[in-house]
Amino acid sequence: MHFGKSIVKQVMPSNQLPLKLLILLSLSAVLITLGSILGSTGVDWHFADENRTILYEIRLPRSIGAYFAGALLGLAGAIAQSLFRNPLADPYLLGSASGALLGVGIILCLSYVGEHSLITLIGINGGAFAGALLGVLAALLLAGGYKSSLRLLLSGVVIGVIFGAANSLLTFVRPDLYQSLQSFMLGNTSLITWNASLVMGLALSFCVLLTLLLSPVLSALSLGENTARTLGLPLDQLRLLLIGVLALATGIAVAQTGLIAFVGLAAPHLVRHISGGRQRAQLMLSTISGGILLLGSDLLARSIFAPLEIPVGIVTAVLGGSYLLFLLRRGQIGMKK
Amino acid sequence: MKLQDLSVYRGPCEVLRNLSIEIPKGKWTSIIGPNGAGKSSLLQGITNILPIKGQISIEGVDIQTLSSKERARTIAWLAQNNDAAEEFSELTVYDTVMLGRIPHQGWLHLPNPYDHQVVEQSLRKTHTQSIATRFLHELSGGEKQRVLLARLLAVEADILLMDEPLANLDPPHQADWLIWQKELLSQGKTLVTVLHEIQYALRADHLVMIRQGILHFEGASNDPTTHQALIALFEGRIRLEKLGNEWVSLPA
Repeated sequence: MHFGKSIVKQVMPSNQLPLKLLILLSLSAVLITLGSILGSTGVDWHFADENRTILYEIRLPRSIGAYFAGALLGLAGAIAQSLFRNPLADPYLLGSASGALLGVGIILCLSYVGEHSLITLIGINGGAFAGALLGVLAALLLAGGYKSSLRLLLSGVVIGVIFGAANSLLTFVRPDLYQSLQSFMLGNTSLITWNASLVMGLALSFCVLLTLLLSPVLSALSLGENTARTLGLPLDQLRLLLIGVLALATGIAVAQTGLIAFVGLAAPHLVRHISGGRQRAQLMLSTISGGILLLGSDLLARSIFAPLEIPVGIVTAVLGGSYLLFLLRRGQIGMKK
Repeated sequence: MKLQDLSVYRGPCEVLRNLSIEIPKGKWTSIIGPNGAGKSSLLQGITNILPIKGQISIEGVDIQTLSSKERARTIAWLAQNNDAAEEFSELTVYDTVMLGRIPHQGWLHLPNPYDHQVVEQSLRKTHTQSIATRFLHELSGGEKQRVLLARLLAVEADILLMDEPLANLDPPHQADWLIWQKELLSQGKTLVTVLHEIQYALRADHLVMIRQGILHFEGASNDPTTHQALIALFEGRIRLEKLGNEWVSLPA
């Protein structure tokens, strides 16, 4: 049979994914460069020896790390929104971020080590991953599944409050940890080291690859659970695996930067119109835009009251909260009761 | 396809009990019954969405022994429109239809030229090629139903199960649907439909009537005994009249 002018040719070029990826990656590179040369007294082009150390040992790992953390949260948000078919799902609202924070708190409480050795990092990351997994599973259990958006989000909020109280209890038991935990609660990128960036980079590569591999499941779920099941996909196992990826991405980001609100929520929404409805494009673009959002917020946090620096979590909370309100007012977010 | 002592469960409830029927290969079987009789549950039991007891076999092979992908390539299912009406669907029409190719694809598999060819063919058959780039959530109920039909056709399964396929279709597209049915039958496909529109159900080769989870009657659609059973199924509240070569159902 002859099909004449292919519909594929009409559909495919409009996507222009490589160009969009290139533009966003170029913007990422510009922001990383800017993050590396921006000091507390403005842009610094003089790379004398001491400045070079500041550039390579402090600003560059911080910029790259902030970018990776944002990318991990952007990916986690995209997975959450597609997996639970819920436009408001994000690591922060689902309870996984507060679970990760509790995991970090418990690990710090059990073995407080001041230096950021790789072993310590893995300990904190492991704790954050387990906590994030526990957080999202608890929210799902409390909501009786994911079918009601409203119940799932309220459950996430409840889990966030309970885990927050548990974290407060930790600081009550170990007042010496108050400052460290406070820094995690506010969200902070100033302590990111090369080791932390490496851990986040590795986690990001692993999570992106696995998610792209599993993306047909997310596409199929758009047609409803039952139809997805009739397409021969082992849904229960794959869904659990995706929850694991979501928890890993959230846990690793929280372990390095603390609670960063709304990046995971906003990133997928920002790219929804340019992803052309393709799941793999949506996942990749959300990941990159998450990195851009957090790094951009970090630059703002460093510049607004320069030479004073405010925790980046405060900037993302204000920006993200405003964006969420904007989405709600425009009616882009439907709620299934 | 042979169903033997088939019971289907929805949660703790047994919604179909000990159903034994044979669905003839290459024919159109229509399942009829009052609301809540268990018609949709029967299709969902066959497609492994709902748990079952008993046996389902295709040409002597127990379908429980098939892998999930093999089963998906053999039996395709069209949900009731409201099951698939996702308010948060980001898929375009084209990508929705491409989902029908998942049973034929491996992991990380990008669609090959044949997949695209099948999708295009399905879009053309259902007159949805002009809306191929639109998002599913932007479509009217009738357009969406045609897209979901295209998704069903793209599976290229031998057995097609359709739950309320005419819902939201306007009369011209209902007529088109009948033409597609005939075309699919000419390709040797086995069709099983759940229909509320009795006049369309009567166009099938074979009727299966279900009431309160048990088999009421099965037989050829043009058989007078089947017609009597159909009238009894709806407690005498319908009558059947011949209009030209077709039987139609009217209120009694």
